[in-house]
Amino acid sequence: MPEYLVRFAQAHESFRKVELQALADIAGVTLQIITYEEDSPYCIVDLPSDTAARKVIARSILAQGIYELWGQGSTYTALHDSVHTISASKWSQYETASFRFTVEGYRGGNSTDEQRDIIDSFAYMAFKGPPRMRDPDVAFRVFEDYDLDVKEPKYLYFGRLIAESCRNEAKRRFDLKKRLYISTTSMDAELTLLTANIAHVAPGKLFYDPFMGTGGFPIACAHFGAVVFGSDIDGRTIRGTGGSARRGQTGKYDVVGNFKQYDLESSYLGAFVSDLTNTPLRILPPDKDSTKGYLDGIVCDPPYGIREGLKVLGSRQELLETERQSHQDQYKIPGYIPPKKPYSFTALLDDILAFAVATLVEDGRISLWMPTANDEDIELIIPSHPCLELSSVCVQAFNKWSRRLLTYRRRRASEVPEGTLEAVKKEYEKGTRASDLNDFRRKYFQGFRELESMKKEFVRMKMEPKTNGDVASEADVKT
Amino acid sequence: MKLLTLNFLTCAIKTCKTNPASFPLHPRDAELEIVEADMNLPFLRNILPRLMWEELRGICGELGLPELPATPPTPADLVEASNAVHGSAEADEEEPSQTAKDLHRILLETCIQEGKLVCGACEHEYAVKEGVANFLLPGHLV
Repeated sequence: MPEYLVRFAQAHESFRKVELQALADIAGVTLQIITYEEDSPYCIVDLPSDTAARKVIARSILAQGIYELWGQGSTYTALHDSVHTISASKWSQYETASFRFTVEGYRGGNSTDEQRDIIDSFAYMAFKGPPRMRDPDVAFRVFEDYDLDVKEPKYLYFGRLIAESCRNEAKRRFDLKKRLYISTTSMDAELTLLTANIAHVAPGKLFYDPFMGTGGFPIACAHFGAVVFGSDIDGRTIRGTGGSARRGQTGKYDVVGNFKQYDLESSYLGAFVSDLTNTPLRILPPDKDSTKGYLDGIVCDPPYGIREGLKVLGSRQELLETERQSHQDQYKIPGYIPPKKPYSFTALLDDILAFAVATLVEDGRISLWMPTANDEDIELIIPSHPCLELSSVCVQAFNKWSRRLLTYRRRRASEVPEGTLEAVKKEYEKGTRASDLNDFRRKYFQGFRELESMKKEFVRMKMEPKTNGDVASEADVKT
Repeated sequence: MKLLTLNFLTCAIKTCKTNPASFPLHPRDAELEIVEADMNLPFLRNILPRLMWEELRGICGELGLPELPATPPTPADLVEASNAVHGSAEADEEEPSQTAKDLHRILLETCIQEGKLVCGACEHEYAVKEGVANFLLPGHLV
């Protein structure tokens, strides 16, 4: 299979391979990664054809573009040799085409004059067509990969442009700064689009977000062609009666308005107010046949219990008979607010997975975000369910904590051995106060003290090798 | 909320969910609105086997909408039988049939704006306001 060079953005590194693979799966294309490094924006892959390459990259958020690989090498001499071997047979095809020829450097670069010299050194390809910077028939690019603060590039690639991705356009279009209606915890547009790609959103599919807020995830899913609906425990965010997160913004803004802004209203089924632990959606009894699912995917960012409170329906204490009676008498009065109680985050995660199992079609995906304190960055915390296969884990690191995007695939009935469905009853944190119920919340407000001490230790260890000139142990620290 | 949503909604009360009468929810005093939407054939085709046909027919009857056919359409019924047998390029330009248009009209263009959704088993009423249904349960029912 021909080799292609994927030019990634150097951002959200742990998501890049996962997104690329998801896009290949959606396009039904066999993709094989030949070389990939977290530290480099250049990745070489095997793909069956230009058409396949275009299909995979067109809706990528983390790739900028894809190029047919015409050569590579650690020096320009090696690069030119490689270009001769790999691509000499292709030169004549582009002999008279209008073309663009550019040079880019990662962590380094050249002056305009030096760039011209580099371009001229490819003169042996003998293109006679007119150079054209805008809309040429064919575009070529030299890629220089530098180490930090090093004058000479460590590696070079040369490629013919196959397709650019929708990254820049989509990021601009869905930018939260320009969205009419957002809330304080709206997820960054780039990450919602990325989540939609990783969750295998595709035209004709049905997607649901149980914690929709102002609709960031459903909008991203609708952008890639899915029909979407959502729900939230707070009806004010959906109807837009809770005020705006923007200072000085007044007037009626709601989720429908956002869909209208992006001209995606046709793909929006609507929303309702509900709590996941008492969902009104059809739930499949666990022993029934799993082909009865109806959602192609679920994407969500559940409340972590810090900036957004984690509450479900219910009362902190068992209601007295008189209190029950008073609820019963008054619940139909306009303005009645049902009681809510704090809930355990780990219990909520398991509830989400159980809900996914009961509603997803076979091979349907659920992508959910969850926080993980850095000092607990262990695989064990990731929730699991016998009917779900964990397909990827991506990490977004912040200064003192990090969060993960977990993606699971609903297993087919044939993949789930009989008897595994005896639900594992877990003991959750007991208590009625939010901090009792949520390990992460407690850590967050304690300021991640353990992490701080770990950091100090880290700095101390880094200082030591320099004093005794022990290079080997310094390398250990890096890993 | 578009009418298709009712294909997925039951009563939110846990003890009620096991009762077959909790699905579908019955619209009452419903104010309907037609909101034009783009035809989406791939979606109709995908969702067709997941429709609870009998129940949807019932809801249409209760709302006084045009009656749905007695048996659910097949995927082939959704596209206009093309008379050009040769030419596979036609596949991209499929023409939706009248069946598809009717289904689209009912499921994806008819919206409930105000009213109630009532559980057939426990009679609990869920209010719909500004097109958003409220399924939060009062204190004594959780």
